[in-house]
Amino acid sequence: METFLGIDYNVWWYLVFGAVISGYAILDGFDLGAGALHLLLNKELSRRIALNAIGPVWDGNEVWLVIGGGALFAGFPVAYAAIFSAFYVPFMIFLVGLIFRGVAIEFRSKEPGLLWRKTWDVVYCVASIIISLSLGLMLGNVALGISLNEQKEFNGDWLSFFNFFSIMVAITTLALFMMHGAIYLVMKTENRLYTKLYILARQFIIFFVLSFVITTLYTLLYVPHLGDFFRDHPSSFIIPVLMVLAIANIPRQLKIGKYRYAFISSSVTISLLLIMVALEVFPYLLYSRNNPANSITIHNAAASAKTMKILLIIALIGTPLVATYTSFVFWTFKGKVKLDETSY
Amino acid sequence: MDVEILARIQFAFTIAFHYIYPPLSIGLGLLLVVFEGLYLKTGNKMYEQVTRFWIKIFALIFGIGVATGIIMEFEFGTNWATYSKYVGDIFGSALAAEGIFAFALESGFLGILIFGWNRVSSRVHFFSTLMVFLGSMFSAIWIVVANSWQQTPAGYHIVGKGLEARAEITDFWAMVFNPSSIDRLIHVWIAAFLAGIFLVLSVNAWYILKGKHLEIAKRSFKIALLAGTIFSLLQLFAGHRSADVVYKHQPAKLAALEGHYDSMAVADMYLMGYVDNKNQKVTGIKIPGGLSFLTQFDSEKPVKGLNAFKPEERPTQVNAIFQFYHIMVAIGMFMIGLTVYASWLSFKNKLFEKRWLMWIFVWAVLGPQIANQTGWFAAEMGRQPWVVYGLLRTSDALSKTVTANQIVFSLILFTVVYMLLFVLFLYLLNKKIQHGPVDHGTKEDIDEGSKRDNPILDHSNGRA
Repeated sequence: METFLGIDYNVWWYLVFGAVISGYAILDGFDLGAGALHLLLNKELSRRIALNAIGPVWDGNEVWLVIGGGALFAGFPVAYAAIFSAFYVPFMIFLVGLIFRGVAIEFRSKEPGLLWRKTWDVVYCVASIIISLSLGLMLGNVALGISLNEQKEFNGDWLSFFNFFSIMVAITTLALFMMHGAIYLVMKTENRLYTKLYILARQFIIFFVLSFVITTLYTLLYVPHLGDFFRDHPSSFIIPVLMVLAIANIPRQLKIGKYRYAFISSSVTISLLLIMVALEVFPYLLYSRNNPANSITIHNAAASAKTMKILLIIALIGTPLVATYTSFVFWTFKGKVKLDETSY
Repeated sequence: MDVEILARIQFAFTIAFHYIYPPLSIGLGLLLVVFEGLYLKTGNKMYEQVTRFWIKIFALIFGIGVATGIIMEFEFGTNWATYSKYVGDIFGSALAAEGIFAFALESGFLGILIFGWNRVSSRVHFFSTLMVFLGSMFSAIWIVVANSWQQTPAGYHIVGKGLEARAEITDFWAMVFNPSSIDRLIHVWIAAFLAGIFLVLSVNAWYILKGKHLEIAKRSFKIALLAGTIFSLLQLFAGHRSADVVYKHQPAKLAALEGHYDSMAVADMYLMGYVDNKNQKVTGIKIPGGLSFLTQFDSEKPVKGLNAFKPEERPTQVNAIFQFYHIMVAIGMFMIGLTVYASWLSFKNKLFEKRWLMWIFVWAVLGPQIANQTGWFAAEMGRQPWVVYGLLRTSDALSKTVTANQIVFSLILFTVVYMLLFVLFLYLLNKKIQHGPVDHGTKEDIDEGSKRDNPILDHSNGRA
């Protein structure tokens, strides 16, 4: 096996893929969270401000999903094939959710009519919730493992995806995004809308912590294989500890008015959560519950070493570019939202 | 119906619907660069108005393009799992490159393009426009490379057997520059330019007919007409080169395009006609020996026909492929005639007097759209029964775990959603066009903005 800096290519690409997914969860996470709480804002002006807070960036944020899909397809084609064909129904619903979320943002401002706008508000909010829940549901099932045959294809019933563990992961994901989105909006708003969002953010923190605790307890009691890594590597407990600290830091920073730090803390929370999931499932990409020998790992699902090398070069060239202009766009639209004639 | 047919219908439907929008984005992107470049150079406010107007339409088109495009990326995995495993090494790297180099560039700068007018200098704004345009051009590169590899595979070797077989890259650049990449890319780029150009022509022709925004409309029309004439003519050569690649690398497809069966015979070229697949006969208007001449510069030489291939190794829907191809070619010729004639009138300063011609331009917006769709149908159906030419059959490429019912479910879902989207798209596009370009900062412009802040609509109830 070829290596780079002592780590083999497959692991490198697994890290790249993980980083992209984490980037997606952090970036589109706040768009989705803002969408999920959209109907809790009552005034037309508040809704417009909330929409314009994500307006210039949500499209770029969604691109991380596209890059993630490409990264999985290119690096681990077997996993790409197995995961998306297995999750056919939830994934189609997820995709339709993405379509509606996008066009709702785009279409809403194009007509001044009240009914028109209210309809798109509902579409936007419901789509954001459905996207978050279906993402969480799929993540839960990936972590739990599904039934695979010898050709590494799904051979179970898709209704089995709706198990307690995965549903809890779905709810936790929604809560996490709502917390994250509310904090982002707090950062971008002023006056009464700001106060309202500040209160919402605090409530969503509680919602998230509760669902996270329930999910964790359930995992420890009923899904023991997801705790193996942490039992075998006691030093890795630093990660959940850091995560608890990051969560605890959010209300503290909000209270002293350092919203950017609160936002960074919730971004760190998202990353640490995904790192924990990644450590628990590694080296599996998709665990086979009926017969572990059929599991899809980063080794048996990988593209050729040559492709891995090409991909890493693409990532090395591409990542600094994307980072540069993404920062530039965020910097251009920094600060509180100000509406003008180009706004939604 | 069986899974294969359903999966193919779903893919054809979702990709055809998606493909309405990206060519418009690319073509409009080109004109946005031209218009905003002229604004920067001359400082003429008129160009700023035109740029702002078309950016609004661009945003609408781009939005639907993105929404429907994400489906495509994942549909390989959901419906074509075996194909994904087979080509993952190759197709995957092209898709990953598209995401990181093209799509991220495009979507990143889109925010500044639409919302950045008051936030950045006009130079930075122009730079963003340029980056969005380049991003859309790069997107086309990787998608066409991936598709061209399916047409003319290169730079790979096959590893494994049976269900486990897959193509692995041996030479990245040979894969990227496979025999058909460059010619097809240029063909697709120009086709996309024409889609955007003809939209601009159509809208401005309509303004001219209605006597609205005359100064702006005439100026924009002339700029777009110049671009349209150049690219319609260039497309003749690009199209020919693309067909030549088909002749060299996909003889069965070429034979299907012209309904040519007998390898011993000289191949004719039809202007229009009908293929009777059963009796292997084409009825229609033809140029005798035309295809032989175009492919070999000798109208007496025979061309390999469909009968040279085993029935299971050649496309079956020959008439459909023939028709799609001929519609595309006919529209291409029509666009050349139309733009050259209009340019000549413009040179004589008589262009805007011909109302009937303006009406043709209003409807000609459909031309490039139909040509784009039929061209792709001919290209993809002509490749059948292969999904990767000569290597992997379409019928073997499916997801084995997905059932017919699941595909019916998603197909109905997409049909309903896309029809709704299409109606809304036309409604909003029409509204934007009716509203037209207005002077930035004037009463009319502010009126549109203030509708959004209308206190009556803002039914404040004291809560945020």
